[in-house]
Amino acid sequence: MIDYIQPDYEVVRNKDLCIKCKVCVRQCANEVHQYDEKRDVLYADNSKCVNCHRCVTLCPAKALKIVKTDHCFKPSANYTTEIIKDIYRQADTGGVLLSSMGTPKDYPVYWDKMLINASQVTNPSIDPLREPMEIKTFLGRKPETVKYREDGSIEVEKFPNLELKTPIMFSAMSYGSISKNAHLSLARAAEQLGIFYNTGEGGLHEDLYKYSLNTIVQVASGRFGVHEDYLNAGQAIEIKIGQGAKPGIGGHLPGKKIGPEVSRTRMIPMGTDAISPAPHHDIYSIEDLRQLVFSLKEATNYKKPIIVKIAAVHNIAAIASGIARSGADIIAIDGIRGGTGAAPSRIRDNVGMPIELALAAVDTRLRDEGIRNNVGLVVAGSIRSSADVVKAIALGADAVYIGTPALLALGCHLCRSCHAGKCNWGIATQNPELVRRLNPDIGYKRLVNLVNAWSHEIMEMMGGMGINSIEALRGNRLMLRGIGLSEKELEILGIKHAGE
Amino acid sequence: MKRVYVNEEWCLGCHLCEYWCVFSASKETHFPFAFDGGAKPPAGIRVEDYKGINFAVNCRHCEDPLCLKGCISGALSRDESGAVCVDKTKCVGCHTCIAMCPYGAIVSGGDNMPIKKCQLCASRDHVPQCVAHCPNNAIVFEEE
Amino acid sequence: MKYVIIGNGVASVGAIEAIRKNDKEGSITVFTDETYSCYGRPLISYYLEGKTTLDKMGYRGENFYKENNVSLMLGRPVTKLDAENKKVTAGGKKYDYDKLLVATGSSPFVPPTPGYEKVKNKFTFIRLSDALAIEKKVTKKSKVLIVGAGLTGLKAAEGLYPRAGKITVVDMADRVLPAVMDAESSAIIQKHLEGKGIKFCLNDSVREYSETAATLAGGAKIDFDVLITSVGVRPNVALVQDAGGVCERMTESGRPFRGIVTDDNQKTSLDDVYAAGDCTLSYDVTIGNTRPLAIQPNAYLQGEMAGNAMSGGITFKRNYLPVNAGGFIGLHIITAGSYVGEATTVRTENSFHRFFVKDNRLMGFIQIGEYSRVGILTDMIRKCTPIGSVDFQELIREPKLAALGMDYVKAVLNK
Repeated sequence: MIDYIQPDYEVVRNKDLCIKCKVCVRQCANEVHQYDEKRDVLYADNSKCVNCHRCVTLCPAKALKIVKTDHCFKPSANYTTEIIKDIYRQADTGGVLLSSMGTPKDYPVYWDKMLINASQVTNPSIDPLREPMEIKTFLGRKPETVKYREDGSIEVEKFPNLELKTPIMFSAMSYGSISKNAHLSLARAAEQLGIFYNTGEGGLHEDLYKYSLNTIVQVASGRFGVHEDYLNAGQAIEIKIGQGAKPGIGGHLPGKKIGPEVSRTRMIPMGTDAISPAPHHDIYSIEDLRQLVFSLKEATNYKKPIIVKIAAVHNIAAIASGIARSGADIIAIDGIRGGTGAAPSRIRDNVGMPIELALAAVDTRLRDEGIRNNVGLVVAGSIRSSADVVKAIALGADAVYIGTPALLALGCHLCRSCHAGKCNWGIATQNPELVRRLNPDIGYKRLVNLVNAWSHEIMEMMGGMGINSIEALRGNRLMLRGIGLSEKELEILGIKHAGE
Repeated sequence: MKRVYVNEEWCLGCHLCEYWCVFSASKETHFPFAFDGGAKPPAGIRVEDYKGINFAVNCRHCEDPLCLKGCISGALSRDESGAVCVDKTKCVGCHTCIAMCPYGAIVSGGDNMPIKKCQLCASRDHVPQCVAHCPNNAIVFEEE
Repeated sequence: MKYVIIGNGVASVGAIEAIRKNDKEGSITVFTDETYSCYGRPLISYYLEGKTTLDKMGYRGENFYKENNVSLMLGRPVTKLDAENKKVTAGGKKYDYDKLLVATGSSPFVPPTPGYEKVKNKFTFIRLSDALAIEKKVTKKSKVLIVGAGLTGLKAAEGLYPRAGKITVVDMADRVLPAVMDAESSAIIQKHLEGKGIKFCLNDSVREYSETAATLAGGAKIDFDVLITSVGVRPNVALVQDAGGVCERMTESGRPFRGIVTDDNQKTSLDDVYAAGDCTLSYDVTIGNTRPLAIQPNAYLQGEMAGNAMSGGITFKRNYLPVNAGGFIGLHIITAGSYVGEATTVRTENSFHRFFVKDNRLMGFIQIGEYSRVGILTDMIRKCTPIGSVDFQELIREPKLAALGMDYVKAVLNK
């Protein structure tokens, strides 16, 4: 059979620099690098290269680089190289194309089309190094009113809330899709940062119960690893309805990733595919969702906030309104650019909407309906920097989830091959030899550094705006201006254009 | 004194420590120059591969250094930091130290040629180069 | 405290270093008949070979004696030990001691042979003075006869190899290195040295010398310009023996081992008299008893132990064992222990490895050519590690700590 597909990347080895230490050979789980002992020659099989940079990064002589091949088809803006190769692939296999991480497609990134305000002359900016600056965030339902008792004291109805030292949390990534060492890194970082990580739909490994105070446990359509202790192990329970990278479909963890530990944690037999159905089979309406919300509240003595996570889709505002009335305490919305451990390419690249528009629409709708305080609002799906966080909060979010940046901090090089299970960085793999490459002692510190750096930057930007409390930034859309946006986009985002 | 410790749980068997050891000892400033196009001079650290377990072994700078005490020429001695070091101008390459070292941490530089061993190259970067370049903290440099 | 040390070899240095760890104040006096500060005796062959120089041969730095506040009495041999009154006599003068270390080493044994006295250029090969004298007499044209194919004889041959014209080695034994090799490994060394042009007359001995020739018992006549006798050494026990100390141990075979008898901490049978190094009998863990073990590593370790015992430092029972390492004109060997029990042999293109196992223990090994990490095996012998507790097959294939078990590795390498 003719192989129609030529390699995307080429390994370039500088022979003047190469010392033949063969670390590239030893470190490439894709077996790109080979050594011929007889000829004393190192060579590469480019067709296997996923461009993960493991070899490049570890090469002590800096003798390697990976370049995009300049082998090309006749250029076409319509039938691009990617389109042609996908067609070849499907003609070869007859299968659904799979991909990982966020879509690479060129959808508008509205974060980059919004500018943040700063104070000049007429109102003072604040120096966060000299003045107090509050970024602590409470997530959950807020009391509508304050009542005064007869003796004049204040009576407040309190709802279960999550307390975050900074408005950033680690997104749901299941044990199974990522390694135990990745989970450990996230858990330890969350503990040190005073924030939360999220188990995803993979259950909670017994070694991670000790991070309970910084854990959000997820209940998804497959109900994997869900039991009473699990529900009570976290500080909040997240019902996962959908995911930004694959709205409307479930999940599929292949059997080869279900080793003994994943099997025990997920409570499924070893080697069987873990298939999360597209819908929750007991939820066909907001009323059904309410039943699950209250079942979970009942199971945990009404002590823990319930999060409902949905993907950003066309009627997101109406859906969020329904969720806000279902008894859920927090709504998490995941945009089209969000990551995934594996998703059908066509879904990932074509279904959903950017998180910025969804957030603005939902916040506006909940405010209009007077139920914004019923719920906390968390957004996810490509929050790439502290500026994105500030913009998200100004658009109306209470906090953000970060997934891809957290993985990048752990060493991910966005090769988007998670679904192959051979992650050379020890993140998206269950192969013990590869998992070992991620030492949580290093990983958690890098996560802590990242989030601390963002927190500093958030405070700097707030100070620049003359805002000293994250509460005062939330939904403060006057702090944003659009740049190069249409009237309609500005209308949905609820912001003015720069210059207005 | 500060010592090199290893943690086999995190060792990837990448062998980078060996190469950085050679580079550090070579005093070259450009990494590939230490290897002259693919030659691998003996290193003062060695990664063991055994049944899927990897870990690096280098001189423990023992309390009771049998190498130093067995040395026929007096080429081995302790420096101010406590590291057991070799004076290559005094070493005659008899390799009695190789016969004496319980950890196999001393390497032949060739028959009757001076030996090679870890001398805690801490002065170069304040951290031994094997430790500084271990990608996974499988080798650490810490106080006892 | 007055410490007196007789002898200035490495046992003496070991003792000085140990004493000064425990006692910075006490006086230390070292008597020696030599006129050099301490050097490693095995270096003399390397000196002849050009692998080291006189200024690099000092066993310790130039200021060693000064820094350690030691009175070094060069060229002043001790002639009498009065253990009862704790005095030694040197240069006709008496010196008091509180603790005495006898580290008198050993002397080469020259078998009585007719005509030996007629030989003009005759030497033994144990001291620097020997090497310096030999150096003067040997030229590229010299014919050198070495009597004795043991370690010393062959090291002498190696040392002289680049300097002499022709080298012949005679030994009564039927093979070279009879004390540190078995028959097969001896043959490898012999063949290698013969390949380098060294001639061997084995199973033979010198019947008679003339001034420049030796007639062998087998009838052959060998002309020589320089004669080196290296058939063995005798421990220097006279001082202790004359003072009434025990200086031999009867073996099961009825033949006594000569050497000063000490306890585990190197104390002799005389009060406050210690002994270390070649002049003593050492505890050889591979035979479970004491025997002469005239090798330098033991000398230092015993000197150190004696020094600790003399100055109130930490003492313990050390397991000593024979260990020999060195090259013979490009072919290197490392051997250790005793060659008893079941032998396992591993040969490769460039190496010969033989291991001896008895009673679930590694008792000894011979490695020729390749010997990386062999100290791991020496340590097994030293510690009497049960073979059954390790991956012995892996260890003899390629010594590695992992084959000793991960518990051991963790204990050694982890923090």
